[in-house]
Amino acid sequence: MNEIGEFDVAIVGAGDVGAAIARELARFQLRVVLFDAGDVGAGTSKANTAILHTGFDARPGTLEAKLVPRGHALLSAYAEQVGIPVERTGALLVAWNEAELGRLGEIEENACACGHEPLGRVSAEQLYEREPDLGPGALAALEVPGEAIICPWTPPLAYATQALLAGVEIRRYERVTGLAATPDGWQLRTPAGAVGARWLINAAGLYADELHRQAGFDGFTVTPRRGELIVFDKLARPLVSQIVMPVPTSRTRGVLITPTVFGNVMLGPTAEDVTDKRATGTTAAGIERLRTLGRRLLPALVDYEVTATYAGLRAATEHDDYQLILDPDSRYVCAAGIRSTGLTASMAIAEWVREQLGDAGLELRETADGLPEIRMPNLGERSLRPYQDAERIAADPAYGEIVCLCERVTWGELRDALAAPLTPRDLDGLRRRTRVLTGRCQGFYCAAQVGRALEAGGR
Amino acid sequence: MSSERAEVVIVGGGPAGLSAAAELRMRGAGRVVVVERELDPGGVPRHSHHTGFGLRDLHRSLSGPEYARRLADAATRAGAELMTGTQATEWRGPLELELTGPGGRTTLAADAVVLATGSWERPRSARLIPGTRPEGVITTGILQQLVYLQGARLAGRAVVVGAEHVSYSALATLHRAGARTVAMLTEHPRHQTFAAFALGGAVGYRAPLRTRTVLSEIHGSPRVEAVTVTDLQTGERSLIECELVVLTADWIPDHALAISAGARLDRATRGPLIDGAGRTTVPGLFAAGNITQGAEPADVAAITGRNVANAVAAHVHGSSWPRSPVRIVCAPPLRWIVPGAIGFAGESSGPLRLRALEALRDVLIEVRQAERVLHRQRLAQLMPGRSALLASTWIASADPGISPILVRAVSARRLR
Repeated sequence: MNEIGEFDVAIVGAGDVGAAIARELARFQLRVVLFDAGDVGAGTSKANTAILHTGFDARPGTLEAKLVPRGHALLSAYAEQVGIPVERTGALLVAWNEAELGRLGEIEENACACGHEPLGRVSAEQLYEREPDLGPGALAALEVPGEAIICPWTPPLAYATQALLAGVEIRRYERVTGLAATPDGWQLRTPAGAVGARWLINAAGLYADELHRQAGFDGFTVTPRRGELIVFDKLARPLVSQIVMPVPTSRTRGVLITPTVFGNVMLGPTAEDVTDKRATGTTAAGIERLRTLGRRLLPALVDYEVTATYAGLRAATEHDDYQLILDPDSRYVCAAGIRSTGLTASMAIAEWVREQLGDAGLELRETADGLPEIRMPNLGERSLRPYQDAERIAADPAYGEIVCLCERVTWGELRDALAAPLTPRDLDGLRRRTRVLTGRCQGFYCAAQVGRALEAGGR
Repeated sequence: MSSERAEVVIVGGGPAGLSAAAELRMRGAGRVVVVERELDPGGVPRHSHHTGFGLRDLHRSLSGPEYARRLADAATRAGAELMTGTQATEWRGPLELELTGPGGRTTLAADAVVLATGSWERPRSARLIPGTRPEGVITTGILQQLVYLQGARLAGRAVVVGAEHVSYSALATLHRAGARTVAMLTEHPRHQTFAAFALGGAVGYRAPLRTRTVLSEIHGSPRVEAVTVTDLQTGERSLIECELVVLTADWIPDHALAISAGARLDRATRGPLIDGAGRTTVPGLFAAGNITQGAEPADVAAITGRNVANAVAAHVHGSSWPRSPVRIVCAPPLRWIVPGAIGFAGESSGPLRLRALEALRDVLIEVRQAERVLHRQRLAQLMPGRSALLASTWIASADPGISPILVRAVSARRLR
């Protein structure tokens, strides 16, 4: 068998969590390899609600309750540093009936028990003053000022890019097909060959339970929980100024209405347990349910054109907390069961993993250079986009050539993405790096041209 | 940022925009600039290779690209400036646009702005079709650009959704590119094109038309593998294997600049509300072509572009803007009527264009303002996706103080 190499740490899964761990470990003198069956951030991580959660609704005492606020702080700072779009909109948690109104007290207590500042009460009158387009019938709301919206696609790409530049070996489109314990740690097999690693980190998301069993452990099963979402046209954006949440249940945070950093309005997600880990299709029932809810929550919304519908799968397990497990004897770490707060908590989970590895005896000596500085392309509407940047266009006219007419993505940005270290291999990859083809026409004007650019590698 | 000024700015260099530009210059307008976001002017006809373009405006039958070239040449010859590869991204102020192009970021102000941004076919997501999101689900626009602008060859089986003119154009394009159309679907009881096109589709390309049938799910990943279709009469679902799905027609006007300018939309067309002169509800802002409804054939769009020139010139020379236009609205089974308003000043007396939600024949149309019947007209047939013309002679007798005017079908027979 072809020997790919020997590593100190092998991470399986380059989603938000796996990529964040790779970046965290890249600061140390370690040989690290990161595997993914597809592109970075192309699994469950690409289809989330794009919210930077505060964790006010987590169960006190859980790892999630601890890591979500920590992750919120780390990712907020990181976003500023590398240019990930974040908008601090805040959220309103709205009670629509007496039963929900009765539960607001519990939610306030829960937030306090998790160590959060007291949530503010908002009367119905104040609520409609702030969000005049909400449907009738809201009784009151809680204000959660820390909740923010974030670009869902850039974070894992930023983590992985930085890890790659710091020397982590990133093996995309390479599925780990076999796993065996060795006296020194682990042997991982892929279609390209075999890899030896002293430590194995399981960040395989939906497939984490399967890898967990292959590693000889048991204790959880991933049952994908499908969430369908509808993204509405940018013209709907003035309808809502912050995240509007329902009163959560134990099973789900419920269907939200939220602005996006791309300037759209999103409605979703539904929550439906499915058996197929590839069931990312939308359903007639799911879309109908969202539209019915949307019509009640924000009546004007459903008259706007729909820009996209999609479904994501949350990697839910039978446990209501993260499955963060470290086994020092077999040198195995599991970072799984991260249901819907993975993006927010990713950097805190990575920090937790690093600390635990250190405690378990992995020698962590910082590299002389540290992590290289990076700046990600800005995909958000709140900062200057290249097409708006007169100086940038003057310096390089390619930033004045708009290719994607709806999202105003320029030739310069496509060229840059196709020349970047983690080159996209398909249209979906190019979409997540640039926003190309994600707009209202969904490619009517530019799909053919963008496809050709991808084939030509940006030349 | 540099700023420029023109007498008239036209946003969109398709048939409507180019025709408006040529006509304005021929009537003696000063600087006329057409802002076109594509590198080549001409709009949708650039990538529509079938013939039949130009019958209504140029009185000859041309291919799409020939037609696009002629209109662009005519505009240039008349002295209009074509600013291609340049997108009007937003308003900087009233009648002042911000532009991005390879020349940089500029602003362009004018005495009058004509929106001629056209429309696009509603994509899969906006049609709310459930299922996976594979590659290979495209619109006619994408198909034509792939085949005619990029020279792509396509293999395999295709399902075409829609049975209007444009759907048959998609059929021809698929055939030419090497794909085989295994089914054409329409929710209606029959096709909505000319008999000759439908016969050509059925015989020439052996594409079976499935009427009263809708696409209800898409399967496959990463590429499309099959679709589920539902027969609306029996409720029966069946699977059709295919490698391509082409979604045709179901046009959405590109109304973003109209909305951000504060122009009122016509709820029925989703385009800006215009009167017979092409005036929107924002002084100095006009609209022409398929931005006002989705969609008319290119030559009809061109004629609306030509017709808007009159009122644009009048506005530039100081004529007043109508204050309270009278709305014209229609009731089901009628879908929309364009123009949707009467401004009662300087309007052309061209016919109004009327659409229905379903296929109808022997239709008696009645135009009524409050209790008064202004007009009655018989139409032999009304097809979804095709406009019927309604005479405008009655407009002179309408009362400028009573809104709306209601257009309805007082009797009609459903086509089966």
